[in-house]
Amino acid sequence: MVAETISPIPSAVRVPIKFYPIALDRVRYVGEPIAVVIAEDRYVAEDALELISVDYEALPATADPEAAMADNATLLHEDVGSNVVHHRTFQYGDPDGAFERADRVVKLDWRYPRYASTPMETYGMVANFEKQPDRYTIWSNFQGPFILHALMTGALGVPGNRLRLITSPHSGGSFGIKQAMFPYMVLLAACSRLLGCPVKWIEDRLEHLTASSTGADRADGVEAAFSKDGELLALKFNNIVNVGAFVRAPEPASVYRMHSASNGCYRVRDIAVENRLVVTNTTPIGLNRGYGGPQFYYALERVMDAGAKALAIDPAEIRRRNFIQPEQFPYKAPAGATYDSGNYETGLKKALDLAAYDALKEAREEARAEGKLFGIGMAAGIEPSGSNMAYVTLAQTPEERAKAGGRSGGLGTATVSVDPSGSVTVKTVSTPAGQGHQTVAAQVVADALGLRPDQIDVITEVDTLTSAWSLASGNYANRFSAVVIGAIANAAEKVATKIKLIAAENLEVAPEDIELVGGNAQVVGVPEKALPVRRLAAQTHWHPAGLPEQMEPGLFETTIMNPEMLDAPDDQDRVASAVTFGYVFDLAAVEIHKDTGKIEVVKYVSVHDVGNVLNEIVVEGQIYGGFAHGIAGALLEEFVYDAGANPQAGTFADYLCITAPEIPDLTIGHFNTPSPHNTLGAKGMGDGSSMLAPTAIANAAADALDTFDVNLPLTLNKNWSAANGRPYERAGAAKAKVGDGPREEGAVEGGLKGEGTVELSASPIEVWELLLDPDTLAAVVPGCEELTQLSDDSFSAEVKIGVAGIKGVYSARIDLRDKIEGESVRLVGKASGGLGFGQGEGVVELEHISENRTRLSYSYSANVGGKVAAVGQRMLGTVTKLLIGQFFRGFDKRLRNVNGNSRRVSIGAILKRLFQGRY
Amino acid sequence: MLRIKPDQKQRVTLTVNGKLVSGYAQPRLLLTDFLRHEMGMYGTHVGCEHGVCGACTIIIDDVATRSCLRYAVQCDGLELRTVEGLAEPDGKLNTLQKAFNENGALQCGFCTAGILMSATKFLQDNPKPDRDEIKEMLSGHICRCTGYEQIVRAIFQASGQ
Repeated sequence: MVAETISPIPSAVRVPIKFYPIALDRVRYVGEPIAVVIAEDRYVAEDALELISVDYEALPATADPEAAMADNATLLHEDVGSNVVHHRTFQYGDPDGAFERADRVVKLDWRYPRYASTPMETYGMVANFEKQPDRYTIWSNFQGPFILHALMTGALGVPGNRLRLITSPHSGGSFGIKQAMFPYMVLLAACSRLLGCPVKWIEDRLEHLTASSTGADRADGVEAAFSKDGELLALKFNNIVNVGAFVRAPEPASVYRMHSASNGCYRVRDIAVENRLVVTNTTPIGLNRGYGGPQFYYALERVMDAGAKALAIDPAEIRRRNFIQPEQFPYKAPAGATYDSGNYETGLKKALDLAAYDALKEAREEARAEGKLFGIGMAAGIEPSGSNMAYVTLAQTPEERAKAGGRSGGLGTATVSVDPSGSVTVKTVSTPAGQGHQTVAAQVVADALGLRPDQIDVITEVDTLTSAWSLASGNYANRFSAVVIGAIANAAEKVATKIKLIAAENLEVAPEDIELVGGNAQVVGVPEKALPVRRLAAQTHWHPAGLPEQMEPGLFETTIMNPEMLDAPDDQDRVASAVTFGYVFDLAAVEIHKDTGKIEVVKYVSVHDVGNVLNEIVVEGQIYGGFAHGIAGALLEEFVYDAGANPQAGTFADYLCITAPEIPDLTIGHFNTPSPHNTLGAKGMGDGSSMLAPTAIANAAADALDTFDVNLPLTLNKNWSAANGRPYERAGAAKAKVGDGPREEGAVEGGLKGEGTVELSASPIEVWELLLDPDTLAAVVPGCEELTQLSDDSFSAEVKIGVAGIKGVYSARIDLRDKIEGESVRLVGKASGGLGFGQGEGVVELEHISENRTRLSYSYSANVGGKVAAVGQRMLGTVTKLLIGQFFRGFDKRLRNVNGNSRRVSIGAILKRLFQGRY
Repeated sequence: MLRIKPDQKQRVTLTVNGKLVSGYAQPRLLLTDFLRHEMGMYGTHVGCEHGVCGACTIIIDDVATRSCLRYAVQCDGLELRTVEGLAEPDGKLNTLQKAFNENGALQCGFCTAGILMSATKFLQDNPKPDRDEIKEMLSGHICRCTGYEQIVRAIFQASGQ
C-alpha cells in the first residue's frame, strides 16, 4: 500500500532496478523494510511488530560479490540479467605499452572488509503530510539536502517546493552514514500521507547496524609496472564493489570519488581502471568516512610497498622518487583532477623524522634477530575535498552523458546578515555533525567584521523552503573548509565592504582607509577616528536615506559560489572531481605476537597538509577522529555475514567499535601549503587517516609476516594463524570433539551444523514409533506450544524459544522424508516468526544395541536469519546444543515411562495438556 | 515483593540531581525513556539500548550505571545524578565540563553526557589517575568522533595534575 504512493528511487546507474524504500514482493537483504508499524508509542509498536508473520519462500542468497558474479548465481534483479549491474573500463595514456616496457610488474588482490562509522545518534525523523497544497515536511538529522532532495521529490511525485526538508542544527555524528536515510524519509512521508497524521521514527541500534548503511566491501586487484630504479610507470585497477542489494544513490560514487586522482601522489600517467558493481543480498552501501578512499589507497599504497620489496628499494624512497614535485602545482592529473598545491616530499621527510625512521628500522632488525614479528608500513595519499557533483556521472559513458545533458559544479552557499540591533547572524547549509562548523564560521566572520566570535550567531539548521541551498548543500567530502567557508568568508566580506563604505562617508575618508577592528570601523592608524560597527550596520535599517548613494539598504548578503575548476567530465572521462587536495602521510610500526596473535602498534606517525589551519583544536580533533576510524577498520570492525547472507553483527557486542585503550598513541605532524582554490587558503580535511591507516597497518603487518597476503581486519585469530603458518578459519569454525551430544556447533560459516549420538532405553522400533508420535513430540520438543499433524509425514508447530534474551514464538513446519521404518528418517523443516527465520534439515538413524537399548545418531544443518541471528549469533550454537539435549532427555524419560507401564498415548496426552497449561 | 501487572502504571518517585521528582511508569518502561519522555530530561542519551555504548550512563546511588539496562520501576526511591546536575546552579560549567570544552573533548556531543557521568564518579574514586587508567575507564564508552585522545586530556586536566 505504501509503495502505491511512491515511485522507485533512481540512481546514476542506468539499469532496470526498481529501488523502493520497502520490499514489494521480494526481500533482497536482511534489514530491508517489509512493513511499517505505527503506534502511539514505541513499546506498543514493538509489540505489534511481533504479531507480523511473513511466509518466506527462500531463494539462494549470498553476501559474497564473487559468488554473485558466478554464471549460475541467483539474480537479485532479473530484469538486469546479471548481478553485475555496472561495468565500465577507463584508460588514460598507454597503460598496456607501459606494462610492456616495465622491468618489474607487481600484482596484488585481496578482499576489503565492510565496516561503518556507526554514529552514536541513529537516524531520527518526523514526517508530516498536509493538503492544499499537498506538501510533505520532514524534520530529521539528515546530512543533505544534497542531490538527494531531487530524488526524493521524484519518488514522492511532487515538485521541489512541496517537499520541505528541515534538518536539525546539530547531529550526533554521521561520517556519511546519515546520507543514506533518505529512502526512509520517503517511506515515512508516504506513511504520513496514508494515515493523515505526522509520524515519527527513531531508529534503534539493531536497525542501524543491519539496515542503515556501511562503507563498501570490495574484491579488488591491482597491477603496477615499475622501472628497475623504482619509477612507477603504470597502474591497472580492477575494482569489484559489493554495492549491496540495490544501487542506492549516490552510489556508485564510492568507486568514482578517487577516480580522477587515480595516480595518488605520483607522477604516473598511464592508468587503466575497470569498475564493476555487484549486487548481493546485503544492505546497500553508501557514504562512510573517506568514501572510497580507504579502498583506493589499499590498492595503490600496498602495491607501492610490494614494488619496493620486489625492487629492494626502501618503501619511503620509492615513494619519494615518484612524488609530484612542488613546482608542478597546480598539477593536472591524468584522469582530470587538478591538484591545487602540495609538497609531498616535505611531508614524507617530516614523518620519517618524527618516527625516527632509521632507528625504527634498527629496532626492527633487533626484534627480528630475537625471533619477533616486527614490521614497518607506510602510506601516502591526497585528500580530495569539496566534490564536483558531476563525478558520479563517470558511471555513464560519454555518449550517455551527452544525451542526459551537462552536469558540473559543487555550489557553496552562505548568508551573513546584520539585523536592526546590529547583531550578526551567519546561516550555512553545511549540516554539521560535530565538526565545529559554528565555531569556525563565527571566527571567520568575526575576523572579517572586527567583532568577537561570541558576537556572531551561526545558524546551521537547514530549511529547504527558506535557506539558500543548492545541489551540493550538505555535509560530506570535507566540503566545509574546502568550499563552504569560502562562501561564508565571501558573504562576510560583502558585509564588511558595505560597512566600510558607510564608515568612510561618515568619517570622510576613502573606504580603503577603513579597517574593522575591536568592534569599530576606524581610519587605519587613527584609532580615535572610529565608529562602532554595530551602529553602522544598524544604520542600513534605521536610516536608509542617509546611506551612501546607490547603496542598497539592509544588510543581508548571500553568496552562492561555484569553484570554477569544477567542470563537466570531458569525452575522455576526465573530470576535476574536487576543489582542494590535502595530503596525508602515515607511518606505522607493529609487532605481532606469535603466541596470542595480538597486533601491537608500536609507533604511529601521521603528517598532514590541510592548507591554512582555520582552527587548531578542530583540525586536531578531526585528525584523531579519522585516525580512530582507520585503525578500527584495520584491526577490529567488520560487518560479518554468514554464507546464507545473514548479518551477524546486530549489536555493539558483535560489531566491535574501537574503544580508548585499543587506539595506539598517535604522533601528529603538520606542514601547510595554502590552497589557491580557497579564499582562506584552507583545504578540506577530516577523512585523513581514515583513508590511510588501514593500508599503513596492513603494510606493516605484511612486513612483519613477510607476506602480502593480509586481509583486514587484522583480528587475533587471523594474525595468530598467519604468524604460526596455520590456515585461517573464522572464529567459531573450529571443530571440537566431544563424546555424546553435538560435536560441532556455533558460527560455522553457512550456519549451524552439528551431530551427535544418544543411547535410549528402548528397542529401535519403540523409539521409532514414539519419535513419530505427535503427542510425544509435542511434549518433548522444547518450547512446543502446539503441534498439529498435517499428514502422515508432516507436522506444524508453534514453538517458543529464547536466544540471547530474545524470546519469540516461531511457526514451524517439519516434513519427514526418506522414511525407513525403524531405521532412519530425514527431517526437513523451516520456521519463521517475528524475530527471525530459519530452515534446516536433519537425519536421524537408529541402531540396535541390545534388547532395550538403541543408539540414535543425528546430524543437522540449519541456517538462522533475522533479528535472532543478528543479535544472538554468538549464542545460537550453545542454545541449539541445549535444546537438543533437552529434547533427548525428555524423549528418553518418555521411553522409560512407556516401557514401565505401556500407557504411551494417554501419558502423552496428559503431558501435552500439562505442557500447554490446559487441564 | 511488589507485584505489578504488565500494563499497570506504577508511581515512581526518585531524587534526580537533588530534587524529588515522580512520574508514572509501566513496569517495562526503561529508565532512559522515563527520564527523557516522562521527566523531559533529554540530557541522558540513548545510543544502543543494550548496555555497550555507555551514552546513557548516569550515577545511581553513587554507582555509575547504564540507565538503558534499568527499568524505571526498579529505581523507585533511589538517588540519581544526571548530566543536567553537573553545571553550577548559575549555569556555569563545572571543572570537568570546562576541561572538555577547552580540549575539544566533544565533537557531536552524543556520547558526552555518559562520559561526563562516568568521569565524575571515576575522579571521585581516583582523583589523580594516569592516562592509562583514564583510557581503561573510557573503555566502557564508545565515542565515534574524537578518537578519545582529547577526552583523555580533558579528564587528566580536570584532575588538576
